[in-house]
Amino acid sequence: MDADSLFFSLDAVAGSGNTLSPEQRAALQSSLLVLRRSYKFRRVLFWGKVLGLKQDYFIAQGRGEDELRDRKYLYSLNCIDWFLLPPATDSTVAQVSGAARGQFVGDPSFVYERVESPRMSEDEAAQSHVNKVNEETRLSVTVHQIDQDVSVVPRGAFIRNHHGLVHVNRSFAGLSESEAKKLDSFLHLSEAKNPKNPKPRSVLQNGELNPAMDFLDVLSDDVPKGSWSLQFESAGRVCILRSLLWLGLTFYHLPGTPQHGYVYIGDGTKHLDLPFML
Amino acid sequence: MQSAASFKAFLLKNSTESNLNIYDHLTQLLMKVMDERPHNAVDVIEDMSRDVKRELFQDTQSTLRDLPQTTDAELLAEQQCLLFSRQEDTDQEEELAETPLPNVSEIGFYLEQAGVGLGREEMQRIFLALKRLVETQALPRCRLWGKILGTGSNYIVAEAEYREGEEDEEQITDEAPEEEGREAETQDSEMDPPPQSTYKPPLMVPQEAIGTGANKFVYYVCNEPGLPWVKLPSVSPAQITVARQIRKFFTGRLDTPVVSYPPFPGNEANYLRAQIARISAGTQVSPLGFYQAREEEGDEEDEAPQDSYEVNPDFEGIPVTEMAESLSFWVHHVQHILQQGRCTWVNLAVKPEEESYEEGEADEKEEEPDEPEPEVGPPLLTPLSEDAEMFGTPPWSSRLSSTLTPQHAVAVLRSNLWPGAFAYACGKKFENIYVGWGMKYAGEGYSPPVPPLPQKEYLSGANVTETLDPSLEEEQVLQEALEEQQAAQEEMEETEDEEEEDDD
Repeated sequence: MDADSLFFSLDAVAGSGNTLSPEQRAALQSSLLVLRRSYKFRRVLFWGKVLGLKQDYFIAQGRGEDELRDRKYLYSLNCIDWFLLPPATDSTVAQVSGAARGQFVGDPSFVYERVESPRMSEDEAAQSHVNKVNEETRLSVTVHQIDQDVSVVPRGAFIRNHHGLVHVNRSFAGLSESEAKKLDSFLHLSEAKNPKNPKPRSVLQNGELNPAMDFLDVLSDDVPKGSWSLQFESAGRVCILRSLLWLGLTFYHLPGTPQHGYVYIGDGTKHLDLPFML
Repeated sequence: MQSAASFKAFLLKNSTESNLNIYDHLTQLLMKVMDERPHNAVDVIEDMSRDVKRELFQDTQSTLRDLPQTTDAELLAEQQCLLFSRQEDTDQEEELAETPLPNVSEIGFYLEQAGVGLGREEMQRIFLALKRLVETQALPRCRLWGKILGTGSNYIVAEAEYREGEEDEEQITDEAPEEEGREAETQDSEMDPPPQSTYKPPLMVPQEAIGTGANKFVYYVCNEPGLPWVKLPSVSPAQITVARQIRKFFTGRLDTPVVSYPPFPGNEANYLRAQIARISAGTQVSPLGFYQAREEEGDEEDEAPQDSYEVNPDFEGIPVTEMAESLSFWVHHVQHILQQGRCTWVNLAVKPEEESYEEGEADEKEEEPDEPEPEVGPPLLTPLSEDAEMFGTPPWSSRLSSTLTPQHAVAVLRSNLWPGAFAYACGKKFENIYVGWGMKYAGEGYSPPVPPLPQKEYLSGANVTETLDPSLEEEQVLQEALEEQQAAQEEMEETEDEEEEDDD
């Protein structure tokens, strides 16, 4: 959520159970502004909190010109000192999936080790290699994956101009009440999963779409169906979307106003049991 | 003059096509120029003229106006306004006396310090709804247990003590399916009976009485504060055992069936109650010394775990830093649920009462050779340092709410086994709360239990076991033998006939 709207948007997502204490809120408001100036971000967002056994990580996201591609993540243990997270590449993703297990420990220099020994076969000798990964790397990969999978924005909040640059839509007036009840009106703010084979749409459907606004994946196309919970909270005023795939991600939007945002407060593990539970 | 009047009349004549006249049009155009004062007006006059014509479009508004539909939010808001109404007939003296409700704003404040909570306004609404619950149901004591999130809507759960003299409405009876078996026997006794099933369903563990064990408190739920509270049924050990094996999201409607394997005996209301019982047993903690075990008089034959405790009047708070550092200053104050699904163990191998009366001696029951071992759980008020680790993670994480002002901080305990369970303590005050999805941390992944092997349909016996078919050689040998036998018999018959003929 935007650093400028932190003080009221935290109340909107509090329905999920986790808020920040007043001390943390105050510290965040000041330090995020300092962060924006020192890194020269256009916008800085409080992305969320990854809970660890000993300490929690506070994650902030800075956005530059292009909202979709120009993103940097920073983490902090006390809301004041921020450290840049390395960007996640394919090799780091593979490393993390090989080595990291269990919950986050809370120490950025902790090293996860996992010995992997392939099955003994007659031809090859048993080679067991040890997979090691840093907790900082695991954090950056987790944050990147969460954004890829479950970041949410309402339709129309971001537009892409003909240069391909994605930026905030200043004349977004919010979704209407009836639009906010449908999952189609929400999009993922991440690179499209299959840019080369987009889902085939009929000519009638294409007529309703606006190429400036509908260049992102729709939430209702997510697999498995039912992995989002759409509710109205706070006396029915705020539209809340909760992800069941990454438990802890909450998106809020006040219909009729341009206020929206999402935050992740959870333990940073993907909920792979989801198909059993629906 | 007259030519001017007639020219004006000509100007006022309406066009046949668009029902406009040039007089009005020019008036409006000049008024527009007057208002807007454009730069180089003469160059843009044609565009302005076209704009004036375009602005003339008026949508026809009928005299009927749409009634704005009441949205769901407005309906809920009406219900919630009722929360804020005060009853006029209560005396103020009664209200100032002890209320069964805890101090509402204080708990909300401490929870916010701990980083847990539902937002200030929502907490306020919830507490007013609790107040209404206490008034309508006349409960002796009540507290907010927490909130369970669901896919369709959420549940706000309140924990309360039973009223005195309340009896359990539902009673799960042990209907033996053997009765049905006996009926089937009598029907088929004339014909060849199908093989009897040797399946004996496992004996049902009896439910605990209300006020004891897992049913010590009664729980009320509602979807939103302001909506009416619904009482949850008591929990049975079978439900707890199955709830331990399944993993399902809650949908928000209490009557949804729970489709799972092993099949859950009940609908979502029962599943919710079972999970609440498990969470309470696992995560309700208090500072060491806040509660003390109640001393019971009289001898007890079995070493039944004490399930009663009372508030210790001599409790002085433990310093917050110590509470945040070590887990031995916290204790469980809810009984642990045994493997059986109950808090006190019940020996199921005891013979039913009818047979014991026939035997006449009750002592023989205890001498059963294959008596199962009694299950023992940790006694009440055990410290948290004895909690077992699961999947390599410590069961609890503790910290102070503020590192900058530790003098006034709150010690916060967070459960890693039940994500969403929190406890805080500050001086003499403490509270537990659960806000989460209602599921236990399952480590790597959940794999559903495998169904049992299919049972044999019939007992193997003489006329049921398969034998090998005889081979071709054996058949031929047998046939030859039979033919010889037949031939011999025919010869004997022929000779008998001949003899008879001879006799005649």
